[in-house]
Amino acid sequence: MSDAAVDCAGVWKFYGDYPALRDISFEVRPGACLALIGRNGAGKTTLLRILAGFSKPGKGQAHIFGQEPRNAEARRRIGFIGHGIAVYDELSAIENLRLFAKLYRLPNAESAAREWLERTGLDRVRDGLVREFSRGMRQRLAVARAFLHGPSVLLLDEPFTALDDRAVAVLQTVLRDALAAGRTVIMSTHQLREALELATHVALINRGRIAFHGERTDEMLSDPGWIYARYGES
Amino acid sequence: MRFLSQVMVITAKDLRAEMRTKEAINASFAFALVILLILSFAFDPTEETTREISGGLLWIVFTFAGTLVLNRSFARELPNDCLDALIAAPVPGAALFLGKALANFVLILAVEFVALPVFGIFYNVRWTRQFWPLMLVLVLGTWGLTSIGTIFSALTVNIRLREVMLPLLVYPVMIPMLLGAMRLSALLVAGQPVTGDDTVWFKLLFGFDIIYTALSLVLMETVLLG
Repeated sequence: MSDAAVDCAGVWKFYGDYPALRDISFEVRPGACLALIGRNGAGKTTLLRILAGFSKPGKGQAHIFGQEPRNAEARRRIGFIGHGIAVYDELSAIENLRLFAKLYRLPNAESAAREWLERTGLDRVRDGLVREFSRGMRQRLAVARAFLHGPSVLLLDEPFTALDDRAVAVLQTVLRDALAAGRTVIMSTHQLREALELATHVALINRGRIAFHGERTDEMLSDPGWIYARYGES
Repeated sequence: MRFLSQVMVITAKDLRAEMRTKEAINASFAFALVILLILSFAFDPTEETTREISGGLLWIVFTFAGTLVLNRSFARELPNDCLDALIAAPVPGAALFLGKALANFVLILAVEFVALPVFGIFYNVRWTRQFWPLMLVLVLGTWGLTSIGTIFSALTVNIRLREVMLPLLVYPVMIPMLLGAMRLSALLVAGQPVTGDDTVWFKLLFGFDIIYTALSLVLMETVLLG
């Protein structure tokens, strides 16, 4: 069995007859950070949703530490940030985090919730309803929700999009801490500079196919557009 | 034990969210009261008429009002993509179903407990003469409505016309349960005990609840993920 944190083998996904993903195969080692880049509609979100277990591949297989993404043990090891913040407007910040801490069966839900409110700078508004939060505060709460249970694999779908400066700083800090702790990160993004600063590897998806997959190089860091110019569609 | 605690966490979350917004419960209460009021003008509520229509009238009100609660059950998860977070959590589909069904059950029963005395006043009926058997019918019928409604609420959550689709799908499936609940309620509201051949309706309600609860527990994961 592969000792990869995440592996995809021959994954296809069809929407009707249209293949949104075509024969995607790659592995991500534990502790690596893969930046998944590509134009809008390239298939990045579809791929992340398959890895998170929200959707099944039409063909092929995806595994998280050798297990199907829908397996309960795999789900416990995944943290996901999608396009929505995935917290409840009608609940307070602490109620949201307590809820997810209990669903993930954390031994001390209350202290985990308080710790993450503090790390994301929301401890002073912990009893405020999320519907009264600013956009930046909501996004920081989404980060806390995704990291709360100490996931080994973080799947982030355009995590830097529409974040305010403070939320970007919080996210970068917790991602650096996560990588330093040996966690695996896969993030789709259009914010190349922020993503490439963190990434150890890069995969470019073009129309559902992997056009490039390899280590991040200094060349990419100095010119984030280079990879599109070299491997992207003309 | 862990399964039950996850069920209770989901139930508590749904009830807390509903108590904060009161979206479904207020609409459901208002709808039940308005229907009872309108129908009290439509029929001449003499004792004989009331005895004949009480079962059907009550369950039409409960079913329509209950659908408003059921419609919100999974629609509540759509803003902010909260459904994704629930699906991503290591919570079995069965626990998710039971948690949501229990919350819906409590809300619909609350509407029924308000609607029943109002029915008694509007139609001049002493509906308490067979109180406990009537409560048993309410509980069994409401659980049947809730178990079917919750699974179909999950099935229709991503459909644009879900408010229309949910009743269209749920009502035909509920017909056996409604037949039993209507017949038993008519007898009990009239103060008559359930004896002889009529006890078969109780068995039907029990059987209906067991079958649809078991099916929903098994199918929830498939319904959510396709």
